[in-house]
Amino acid sequence: MSLTLEHYLLLSAALFTIGAVGLVTRRNVIVLFMCVEIMLNAANLALIAFSRFHLMADGQMFAFCVMAVAAAEAGIGLAIMVNIFRHKKSLLVDDLNVFKN
Amino acid sequence: MNVEQVLFYLFAVGAIAGCSGVVLSRNPINSAVSLVAAFFFLAGNYVLLHANFMAIVQILVYAGAIMVLFLFVLMLLNQRDEELGPRTFSIAPLLGIFAAAVVSVTIGAGFMSYRNATANFPGEVPLSFGTAEQIGRSLMTTHLLPFELVSLLLLVGIVSAVVVAKRRL
Repeated sequence: MSLTLEHYLLLSAALFTIGAVGLVTRRNVIVLFMCVEIMLNAANLALIAFSRFHLMADGQMFAFCVMAVAAAEAGIGLAIMVNIFRHKKSLLVDDLNVFKN
Repeated sequence: MNVEQVLFYLFAVGAIAGCSGVVLSRNPINSAVSLVAAFFFLAGNYVLLHANFMAIVQILVYAGAIMVLFLFVLMLLNQRDEELGPRTFSIAPLLGIFAAAVVSVTIGAGFMSYRNATANFPGEVPLSFGTAEQIGRSLMTTHLLPFELVSLLLLVGIVSAVVVAKRRL
């Protein structure tokens, strides 16, 4: 029994699940961002596995674009976080309730 | 088990352990470092999938650039221990387990319904598959529009990051 597409897809699903769970359970905004990165990487792994399966490089193009989007997202998101910390002195999602009431 | 399988399981366990470390560790710095480790293991999996260029980009961009940015912001903000949140019990872990069950069953069922997921990978890989030459050629011909859009997106990202983070322009 050799490696199949299934192995990589199951690994991708497991990583995505870990990221989703972290997104629900953690409170720190920066850790939430890291969980989003985990989920993006899980999607990348599935894309690259399919690319290998069909021997077409298009899947790797998708993964490449996902990486660029993740880089832009991290840059802007962390800038926003620095601003939030400057105003609220906290990075916990519980404290970020300006829109409440 | 041949070498490829051993390496796959090594990288898979490493990636899962690293990502679990992100979710489970209390200090965000520990989360960031275990995420870097997970990215390296994922890059190893990309090499197993003959995506050599993507593996290098994964290490350079993700483990190098993005995670350095994360660590930089973490150390810039320098949260003290009491700012990391109370250790009280909350409903969040239960909710998390429920979310884990739902998400994993959904994704797993979706992947398993893919008609030939259990088929073996094609045995013969062209020597040029996944190299920088092939990716670059593809980016400059077939995928030129997405490539240009990505460059535009990165420009917007740079400008808006400066605008947002600066106190006053």
